[in-house]
Amino acid sequence: MILAQLVLNGLLVGAVYALFSSGLTLIWGMMNVVNFAHGDFVMLAMYVAFFAATLLGWGPAAFVPVAAMALFLLGVLVYLMLVRHVMRGPMLAQILSTFGLALVLRYAALWAFSANFVSLPEDLTGQVVTLGGLRFEPSRVLAGIAALLVTLGLHLLLTRTALGSRLLAVAEDRTAAMLVGIRPDPMQALAWGIGAACTGIAGGLIALFFYVAPSVGESLVLIAFVVVCLGGFGSVPGALVAGLAIGVIESLSAFWVGAAFKDVVVYALFLGALWFRPQGLLGKA
Amino acid sequence: MPITRRGTLALPALALAAGPAAAQGAPVKVGVLLPLTGNAASAGNSARAAIELATELVNTPHPELASMPLMATAGLPNLGGRKLEAVFADNQGNPSVGQNQALRLITQERVVGLTNGYQSSVALTASAVAERYGIPYVNGESVATNLTERGFKWFFRTTPIGPDIARVYLDFIEEQQKQGRPVGKIAIIHENTEYGTSIADTIAKEAEARGRQIALRIPYSANSADVSPQVLQMKDVQPDVAVFISYTSDAILYMRTMRAQGYKPPVLIGDDSGFSDDSFIQTVGDISQGVINRSAFDASRPGSNSNKINALYKAKTGREMDDTTARMMQGYLVMADAINRAGSTDPAKIQAALRATDLKPDQLMIGYRGVRFNEKGQNVLASALLVQLRGKEYVSVWPEDQASAPLELPFKGWS
Repeated sequence: MILAQLVLNGLLVGAVYALFSSGLTLIWGMMNVVNFAHGDFVMLAMYVAFFAATLLGWGPAAFVPVAAMALFLLGVLVYLMLVRHVMRGPMLAQILSTFGLALVLRYAALWAFSANFVSLPEDLTGQVVTLGGLRFEPSRVLAGIAALLVTLGLHLLLTRTALGSRLLAVAEDRTAAMLVGIRPDPMQALAWGIGAACTGIAGGLIALFFYVAPSVGESLVLIAFVVVCLGGFGSVPGALVAGLAIGVIESLSAFWVGAAFKDVVVYALFLGALWFRPQGLLGKA
Repeated sequence: MPITRRGTLALPALALAAGPAAAQGAPVKVGVLLPLTGNAASAGNSARAAIELATELVNTPHPELASMPLMATAGLPNLGGRKLEAVFADNQGNPSVGQNQALRLITQERVVGLTNGYQSSVALTASAVAERYGIPYVNGESVATNLTERGFKWFFRTTPIGPDIARVYLDFIEEQQKQGRPVGKIAIIHENTEYGTSIADTIAKEAEARGRQIALRIPYSANSADVSPQVLQMKDVQPDVAVFISYTSDAILYMRTMRAQGYKPPVLIGDDSGFSDDSFIQTVGDISQGVINRSAFDASRPGSNSNKINALYKAKTGREMDDTTARMMQGYLVMADAINRAGSTDPAKIQAALRATDLKPDQLMIGYRGVRFNEKGQNVLASALLVQLRGKEYVSVWPEDQASAPLELPFKGWS
């Protein structure tokens, strides 16, 4: 029974990892820009959720979409005011600019919200449900379902719509896209907006069961990079598979090998996987 | 002296008369290492406010606190009333950053002494720099035993440490056994840096010396995003007593996860740090009712120094002072007192003054039996009692002669 609960918990945590990583893989895959501020985007979304829930008394049905919209705007702004310009510079400038952005956001949050840990009221999404001896935390189940829906939505958007084709075209070859009449700037701004909106959804949902603090992005962001890498750069379904796999491996190895060593297991398997598939599980070579 | 405006004004004037040149001298700088960012930023910033308060109290006359050194006067009287200045440095909770910051404070800021550090791992590296440069370092909060086992000449520590803490816990557990409570299975769940590991080792050693076994020991990394496997491990083993040695973010996650997984140990001891953080009480206090914690700071007695300091702190920050913050502030005040008694900014004289420290309970803002350092630099009069969370406050419950409320077991958690 404990084994089943471990796997279930692992899957639910993994779904959160996947949700958290979907925005990152989109921006990474679309634009070849590593967004180091990703964790801090999620942190901001968590604060949106926190203030909406505590000051306005909103439920997740209201604050998750609002967080998504707020982060969409932030993503577009970041692209227009920062990324668009540094894209013309050397690779190092791109890396350091989002890293700088991460620090600015984190320290601005520290200044504005103080370093104190806060949390949303307990049980916004109801009590724990016991089913066949397994315990389901509604907030985590909700996050898991949202992860599946967001992944599916993004996948369909990229593969089944004209907009998706245009996004991919710009990602593949900016010049060629321009030659066939696609203006790259609005497309890339949109990619940033959508990627950031995903972090908005993730932040809003994670806030339901996690603490909120300016440093919270740091705890989560490394795993997001691993998920994206393992899943395959730019592959949305890859992020889902990788997130779930890492969640379950973490859960089982923490139980059997020890919590302090679970990272060794996860990263060893990660390196092993890249040995055989450097492009990631579902990435294209 | 009656508390009049003229009276308070007269004190700095007297200091000026005693040594006009020195009184105008630059402030005496003390370097304060704190985790102002990173995972422990909440504790670091609470301490920063407390140390700002301490500096303010030293630099302005506060006759209501006259039983404590330096409170009634303005500045450092033996240095001609020179002001005290805290120079804060962010160690980010990272030992190598702490080391670099200690170096910067000593060589660039020219501080006469260093204090704090918070994480034992940071105090470990930062104090090594102070030792090399011959600068006194007073730590009021880091409990890893080996900090004062290195033969350092410049390191002093005021807090109760590993063995003191282990003794309190084991005494408590043995008394529970006498009262018929099962305590056979003890679990220790600890974060895996210097602090958690050393306290866990010390408790395990003390338990073994008393013929007890540790049934389950779980080291984990404090910045884990998920702690449910650890909770399931406990659920599997079903310990009678669970001792958590955690920082704030992980303590919060443990409480939430235990509730989600429907598991509570019959006796839950949270070792200070995370469990003392006001953020812990504000975020998960409601589901952590009956957590047992150690503390040396009991602000509930009106008229006590602790009570007055807590009131001043609350007026400044809007928050209650927690035990860790209080221990940090006490360490800093001991440094200030030593500098004053040295009557000099010469590190060797401050070191000598620290060695000669002999503070009585009523000269402290915290409930130690006093401050007196042994040859290792450890305060031999440090002590702790056990408190239990009731509502949003910790009340003292053990030992009985110091209790302000009866102990309530088993651990209630959430309703």
